[in-house]
Amino acid sequence: MIFLVTLTVFVMLACAVAACILKDLLSAAITAGVVSFCAAILFYFLQAPDVAMAEASIGAALVTAILIIAIRRTKREE
Amino acid sequence: MSNIRMRNIIGLILLFIIAFAVILSIIEIPFGIPKTTVGNYYINNGIDETGAVNIVTSVVLNYRGYDTLGEVTILLIAALGLGAVLGTIKRKAKKEITPSSVVLSTGCKVLFPFILLFGSYIFLHGHLTPGGGFQGGAIIASGYLLVYLGCAKRRINQNRFKITESLSALIFLIVGLLGLVFGGYFLLNFLPKGIPNTLFSAGIIPIIYIAIGFKVGSELTGVIDNLIEES
Amino acid sequence: MIFLSNYIYYIGAFGLILIALYILLTRHNLIKKIIGLSILATGVNLLIIAIGYIKEGTAPIFSNPNLNPQNMVDPVPEALVLTAIVISVAVLAMALSLAIRLYKHYRTLDMRKIKEQRW
Repeated sequence: MIFLVTLTVFVMLACAVAACILKDLLSAAITAGVVSFCAAILFYFLQAPDVAMAEASIGAALVTAILIIAIRRTKREE
Repeated sequence: MSNIRMRNIIGLILLFIIAFAVILSIIEIPFGIPKTTVGNYYINNGIDETGAVNIVTSVVLNYRGYDTLGEVTILLIAALGLGAVLGTIKRKAKKEITPSSVVLSTGCKVLFPFILLFGSYIFLHGHLTPGGGFQGGAIIASGYLLVYLGCAKRRINQNRFKITESLSALIFLIVGLLGLVFGGYFLLNFLPKGIPNTLFSAGIIPIIYIAIGFKVGSELTGVIDNLIEES
Repeated sequence: MIFLSNYIYYIGAFGLILIALYILLTRHNLIKKIIGLSILATGVNLLIIAIGYIKEGTAPIFSNPNLNPQNMVDPVPEALVLTAIVISVAVLAMALSLAIRLYKHYRTLDMRKIKEQRW
């Protein structure tokens, strides 16, 4: 159990660092979606199913979608 | 340029100072030991006073119902502001969109009612299982997003969605004011509590969650429609 | 190992907050800063729920009526974080609409060039 939690935290931090370094804005938006998804898994491990459902449906689906729509209407490279 | 390097290094030094200061205070908070006593009161007396089996729902809608009213107001103002900022761009002639293949558009049209049904199930059973109005409304908005992306040239009717959103917010306010009429205070739980763990229990909580589910669903769909419409 | 098993959630949440602050301080593109705002909100929500956890606890739902109410996790932080997630998505949508409007007017999204413009 501790091994799974440590693995998820490691993937989350690596994706956050990648969102900082990447120059292509579309890839950075998708990586921010992966950070939200890993946070939803951590909410499930902390015995909070309401918050996990809210973070997965709002943070991982809708925020990524409106970021990509906004990037399409402005420039794509940094 | 040395200007950018200096800015990065100053940022890193500032972050180290902040990290050191906060680590000194986070060490004092132990992990996994009960700390507060307000939660114990809600867990022990939750079912008798409200009738809802899900304690988080009874905290959100019965014990702290006024904060939920403020949150619904913030969502309304944000959707209004987005419509005001983006709605006044002059529309030029639309670009030609290539129509999608038959498999894609038929698949999206078949999946759409099932996604709506799933979202409705989540906000209808908010007081029995994990879930509630906000999660169900977000799933309904994702269903409409799927139809926008898969089938070309299908747009929603903006007027109907605005009327739904405003009527749902009004229902929330009217139920609260009825509590003021029947009892002593705003948002009083005046309907009978019923048997716990059945569908028609917990007083006014299912009614408010249905109103919030409709409101959040139509609001987020309107936000996506405002963003996608090309000018 | 004992240290890791006790504080791994705090390390994860706090690392997210620091990385998001670094993005906000040193990047010049406006949409990159908005991505940093979203990561900052996620980190703070994770920290609040990690503080409210009780060891060997279970979710606060009475699915069958004879569950022991002694070892359930705290329900108050969950209610507050639910509100915070919804408010953060509303603020993000408003910020993106303002960014689109800025791009139409100035034809660039670099904050250094926008600050140099007069009026």
